Amino acid sequence: MHESSRRTRGKVRWSKLYSFSCLRPHTSDPDSAQELIGQPGFSRVVFCNEPQLHKRKPYKYTSNSVSTKKYTAVTFLPKALFEQFRRVANLYFLLTAALSITSLAPVKPLTLIGPLVFVVGISMLKEAVEDWYRFLQDLNVNNRTVKARAENGLFVDKLWREISVGDVVKVKKDEYFSSDLLLLSSSYEDGVCYVETMNLDGETSLKIKRSLEATLHLNEDAKFSVFKATTRCEDPNPSLYTFVGNLEFESKIYPLSPTQILLRDSKLRNTDYVYGAVIFSGHDTKVVRNSTMSPSKRSRLEKKMDKVIYLLFSMLLLISLVTSIGSSVVIKSDMSQWWYLSLEDSDPLFDPSNPSKSGFLQFIRALILYGYLIPISLYVSIEIVKMLQARFINKDKKMYDEATCKSVQARTSNLNEELGQVEIILSDKTGTLTCNQMEFRKCSIAGFSYGGNINEVDIAASKRMNTDSEAYRSSIDQSDTTSQSLEMSEFSVVDIIAQQAILRGHENADNSNARNSRLSDVRKESVIKGFNFRDDRLMNNQWIYRSDFFYMTMFFRVMALCHTGIPVEDGQTDKLKYEAESPEEVAFLIASQEFGFQFFQRTQSLMTLKELDPSSGKQVKREYKLLNLLEFSSSRKRMSVIVRDEDGKIYLLCKGADSIIFDRLADNGGAYLESTTSHLSNYAEDGFRTLAFAYRALELAEYEQWNSIFTQAKTTVGPEREELLEHATEMIEKELILLGVVAVEDKLQKGVLECIDKLAQAGIKIWLLTGDKKETAINIGFSCSLLRQDMKQFHVCLSKETESKKPAEVAHRHWHIQITRLVKKHTGKTTLAIGDGANDVGMIQEADIGVGISGMEGMQAVMASNFSLPQFRFLERLLIVHGHWCYKRISKMVLYSVYKNIAFGLTLFYYEILTNFSGDSLYDDWYMVVFNVFLTSMPVISLGVFEQDVSSDVCLQFPSLYRQGLRNIIFSWSRVVGWILNGIVAASVIFLANVYIFSAAAFRQEGHVADITQFGAIMYTCIIWTVNCQIALIITHFTWIQHLFIWGSVLLWYIFALAYGALPPDYSQRGFNILTESIGAAPLYWVATFLVTIAALLPYFTHIAVQSLLSPMDDHIIREMKHGKKDVTENQMWLREQRNSQRSTQVGFSARVDARIRSFKEGLSLKRISIYNKSATNTPFYKSWTSSPLFS
Amino acid sequence: MAMSPLLDDDTTLFDVNLDGTSTSEDGGYEPIPAPKTKSKKPPPYSRFTQQELPACKPIITPKLVIASFTFIAIIFVPIGIAALSASNKVVEIEERYDRECIPPIYSDHILQYIQSVGTDKTCTRRLTVPKHMKSPVFIYYQLTDFYQNYRIYKSSRSNLQLKSKADEGSELKNCGSVQTVGDEPIVPCGLVAWSMFNDTYSFSVKDKALIVNKMNIAWESDKKGRFGSDVYPKNFQAGGVIGGAKLNSSIPLSEQDDLIVWMRPAPLRNFRKLYGRIDVDLEANEEIKVEIKNNYNSYGYGGEKLLVLSTTSAFGGKSKFLGIAYLTVGGFCFLFAIVFAIIHRFKRRDIGDTAYLSWNRSPVGYYIK
Repeated sequence: MHESSRRTRGKVRWSKLYSFSCLRPHTSDPDSAQELIGQPGFSRVVFCNEPQLHKRKPYKYTSNSVSTKKYTAVTFLPKALFEQFRRVANLYFLLTAALSITSLAPVKPLTLIGPLVFVVGISMLKEAVEDWYRFLQDLNVNNRTVKARAENGLFVDKLWREISVGDVVKVKKDEYFSSDLLLLSSSYEDGVCYVETMNLDGETSLKIKRSLEATLHLNEDAKFSVFKATTRCEDPNPSLYTFVGNLEFESKIYPLSPTQILLRDSKLRNTDYVYGAVIFSGHDTKVVRNSTMSPSKRSRLEKKMDKVIYLLFSMLLLISLVTSIGSSVVIKSDMSQWWYLSLEDSDPLFDPSNPSKSGFLQFIRALILYGYLIPISLYVSIEIVKMLQARFINKDKKMYDEATCKSVQARTSNLNEELGQVEIILSDKTGTLTCNQMEFRKCSIAGFSYGGNINEVDIAASKRMNTDSEAYRSSIDQSDTTSQSLEMSEFSVVDIIAQQAILRGHENADNSNARNSRLSDVRKESVIKGFNFRDDRLMNNQWIYRSDFFYMTMFFRVMALCHTGIPVEDGQTDKLKYEAESPEEVAFLIASQEFGFQFFQRTQSLMTLKELDPSSGKQVKREYKLLNLLEFSSSRKRMSVIVRDEDGKIYLLCKGADSIIFDRLADNGGAYLESTTSHLSNYAEDGFRTLAFAYRALELAEYEQWNSIFTQAKTTVGPEREELLEHATEMIEKELILLGVVAVEDKLQKGVLECIDKLAQAGIKIWLLTGDKKETAINIGFSCSLLRQDMKQFHVCLSKETESKKPAEVAHRHWHIQITRLVKKHTGKTTLAIGDGANDVGMIQEADIGVGISGMEGMQAVMASNFSLPQFRFLERLLIVHGHWCYKRISKMVLYSVYKNIAFGLTLFYYEILTNFSGDSLYDDWYMVVFNVFLTSMPVISLGVFEQDVSSDVCLQFPSLYRQGLRNIIFSWSRVVGWILNGIVAASVIFLANVYIFSAAAFRQEGHVADITQFGAIMYTCIIWTVNCQIALIITHFTWIQHLFIWGSVLLWYIFALAYGALPPDYSQRGFNILTESIGAAPLYWVATFLVTIAALLPYFTHIAVQSLLSPMDDHIIREMKHGKKDVTENQMWLREQRNSQRSTQVGFSARVDARIRSFKEGLSLKRISIYNKSATNTPFYKSWTSSPLFS
Repeated sequence: MAMSPLLDDDTTLFDVNLDGTSTSEDGGYEPIPAPKTKSKKPPPYSRFTQQELPACKPIITPKLVIASFTFIAIIFVPIGIAALSASNKVVEIEERYDRECIPPIYSDHILQYIQSVGTDKTCTRRLTVPKHMKSPVFIYYQLTDFYQNYRIYKSSRSNLQLKSKADEGSELKNCGSVQTVGDEPIVPCGLVAWSMFNDTYSFSVKDKALIVNKMNIAWESDKKGRFGSDVYPKNFQAGGVIGGAKLNSSIPLSEQDDLIVWMRPAPLRNFRKLYGRIDVDLEANEEIKVEIKNNYNSYGYGGEKLLVLSTTSAFGGKSKFLGIAYLTVGGFCFLFAIVFAIIHRFKRRDIGDTAYLSWNRSPVGYYIK
């Protein structure tokens, strides 16, 4: 209760329900606001029930249909084209395509325009499809129906888009409001209705709206026949929580407040129907105005890729410059002697009289010609790949939540690879990590701790120690027997000590079976919601047999009486359910019910319990008169009730933060203080939230004296009221007698612990952003294993800009956006923000990746997010498996594309050198068209979609592989340069080898020599083979798809060459009959292809061979281990390596277990030394030796 | 949504993109989709969608590396030897004659000599057959420093015109200044045809003439597909400046094998072109007398002219490069295989050696690879 989390903040305060304070209008100074009406910004006039008046200006307002489309049929082409050509690369290609129509073009226009049209066409198609889906969604929404009053006075179904301002509509239970409405009346007599605003602000609680009393009577269809009213109000604005306006009805003016306004997209709940008049429609509604543009996000990898593209552009400029200068020099000096050209000096590109102009034109020409250095298809293939990756993410069955029937959704596909580089996770707490559901876990009453003392860390540690010793035993089998026996005995000692340590604190002598069952119980889901407590001493009313039952009774009374909750009938069992301000109180009430103290009725001044009477063992009904309730506040940190029981005894029952209670104990009230304190610290370390319970018996006279002071303070009006109240409560809340403490667990969502553990092992730092107070935040930090006792804690406050490297930060006091921005700015690391509510939207939008939890019904966080998960735990698989894969896939894909285009593009440049920079291309135009688009694109896509360095299980077993992405070692600059060099080497080898093989002498037995056509086709064959074999060397995971695409691409070239060559020469140009007649029949062609392919790949192969031999990468070794089935045959080693890989992990469950084992072992080694010394000195030999005369 | 006003002035909500993709993807307001009545079924299981297709996962192990290098060496060395021996079996006679065929008196006025119509350009060379040359012996002329691949040269032709008589006047603008004489189109037009090689050779052994067979020196596809049988040379070399060879205007282009061969531009500046074939064996040490008409002006651009007689193997003419390249690559692979074997011997790394895992190499603050 004490820290009503943000989710519950908006909840109806039940205590206020009693006093009906929540229904009183908020006094936010309505008079001054009313004066604004009619002024600029507050000029809207709505004629309720007279929509026909809104058909003409100036009262013609926008229709109620909403469009989220980006394009219309008319604007699609220009707008989408504009979007496409804002890409620098595309703009370059557009420029070259434009130039290709001029005489400057080295190749046919088609060669340049074709791929551009293809690439831009695919991207535009994607845009169109996406927009089409938006259109369908709009259509769906706009065609929903609502009952609206027609001309004839009847309420008929009308489509949402046909609703106009001024219409009177009737909305039924569980329907959405079609527009912003003025609430006129409801099915309740007092004009109240309940709305759910989840779609607006993510809050699940119901809000109460209330109509004006003047319009209350309009609660039947027929009554609207004479209804006429005029609303004057503010202009459309995005503020969801304000409304300024008035209603002129029956010649009276009533002020309106937000309480009368029903917002579009919120839902009517618990109310049969309401009548309302449309105030704002369509794009004027507050929710539409309120929506902000989600910032577009681009992944780091893509930003770096842009730089790589720039690098390629500079290469392009450089070789174009070389070409241009070379050409000028040739034209100026040599060309004049070439008589076979001398007739052509009219061509401006080869004008010997003006070589600099020719040089410039050649430069332009070269820019076009060498365009193949820029991977034109890269952007589009990345888009396709990411779309497919996103589909795989969406379809992953292991990220499907059975409970909510939802699966992970990649809402934007352009951040897939960013998932593999997340370094900091900023997580919301409530609803994301925790269920916002408290569980009663442990309690300490009168110095005894109940509910077991074993935590999961201890269990895991003991298990680990056992396996460790087994592993050790088997590994030393071969070593000499003497040491073996010694070690074995020591390790058995370890086991015993570990067991004892774990079970220490069980003063209750249970038998071992019960002990085991309790151990196994710990992890089971509790049967009763909010109650996860096992202890035979208290359960099933066993506590009545204990000697300290008086304390027990008082303890349970505090639990059952000191709260603000109300019981709710369950109907099915005799157990009750409870509603209270905070989930903690609910947990207490449920627990006390389990212990036999059922709180079952509350009136204004009376609380009724069904109590278990210790003496009789029967349930008796007891009434307690509630005399005073001293409320909780964040400064008081405690809450008390003063009650009088049926015997007339007056008790003050108090619960509060331990420090506060301990300070207020009576001299004899702290009998169990010492043991209670030690229990308290144990609970806190386990991440439980603790509260101390205390009571005080009051004499009637003392109470009445105090009550008069208190009543006086309460009735005081003025600034000193607070102080007086404070003083009064201090007077009574003292001299307390400590009863004990309770520990409740803010229940973590399923799998959160394991997920955080894995993420921490992956090297991801997790920041918990919460608006809770410090203690709670630390509690939750402990329970998520983000914090350990041996850690130093930093507390980041907003005012201080702390750049800390602590692995887990508990950042307090919300303002998530600023924190997010701070983290991004100062660490420069990739951040992922995850949250579920509207309050997380800012954080989600601000972080590099936004993740929304879709398990709950609220859509705000999901709408703003890039990925939506039904459960927090799926983050593990999303990052460690899919993120890792996508990062590697996209990195490899980009690097390979760079390589591929350099290998191809540079041969064009080399050939230019041999043609004296005349600007001719070696290859047929069509070869150039199909290179990027058909012959090499499919393998790249298969690499980007299907590559797996290691399988998903291994990813999860070795989360540290994820650190490859954190260090960005796959897409480092050295790798980029390496691949560029590889491309240069490949181009050089291919070109030089072919020049030497096919120069001068005949290439066929029939004596023919190769001409340009054949030479080009042969070279092209070599390139196709080389780049496709190169990708086969990169890929580590071959399914039939990869094989099909890679070898299919090679085969496709031959098929293409055959088909193209079969066309009449008018069409096939240089490719006519090329394969069938000339090169195909020449053995030299095939032999040369073989040589060149191998030779061009040899440098890369040698490189990876050296790397695999001398410094293999982790994924490589793990692949080898997996290949040798060592995960099965040498399972111990496999597990050991998994643990070793986690060694540097600072946080997480496993790290906690490690720390626990370390502390065991340290204790043990001390013990062992002493045992050893003792045993050594006890041996007869030692005794005889020391007692020998030598020593005397 | 409501949080955006918190943004500071100094930060921009919208990144400026290099690629200029839309700055907003989700376009602000999103309507709430209608609740789906039917419960969504879990995604169906398939090995494809779960990315669990059976896959072969080759890994590069030291043994595989050594084996592949050895394997390549084993394949490459024999191919190299075969290619070298094939090249060695080819007998080739190269005779440069551009200098020798200039009469000494013209040595200072070479251009005048070569361009003059009146001078006698006959030149006799004697070649000795070094080894037995089995027929067919191919006759090539070789030009050096001649840029047939120069773009404006190469493209100075009209393919349409070459193909059919109906298109005689088509695509003439490609031919630049060699388009027309008066209003009549030149057939074949363009620089390529205009600059056609026109030296001729005649051979004799012991005063007995060797027949030069000009059949099949051109590609069938050219003769059938590109050069029309109804297209006859017209106005050729009739313009102001004479380039190279003249053509017999009574023979259709499809029969003009020398032209067809010439019209296939060579990829490099030093090239050979097939001149003809001698269909008899030439014995070793035989002396062949070649009578050359030294017409072609290679002097203008400073190139050489060579006459080449060569037999062929399955790999074509005499070229040591292929064999040497195969042997070199094979040799390197063999060397690498040995080096890797040595490294592997002394710095052994077993498959899946966990000692190489980054977290085992430097236990504290390890560097993940």
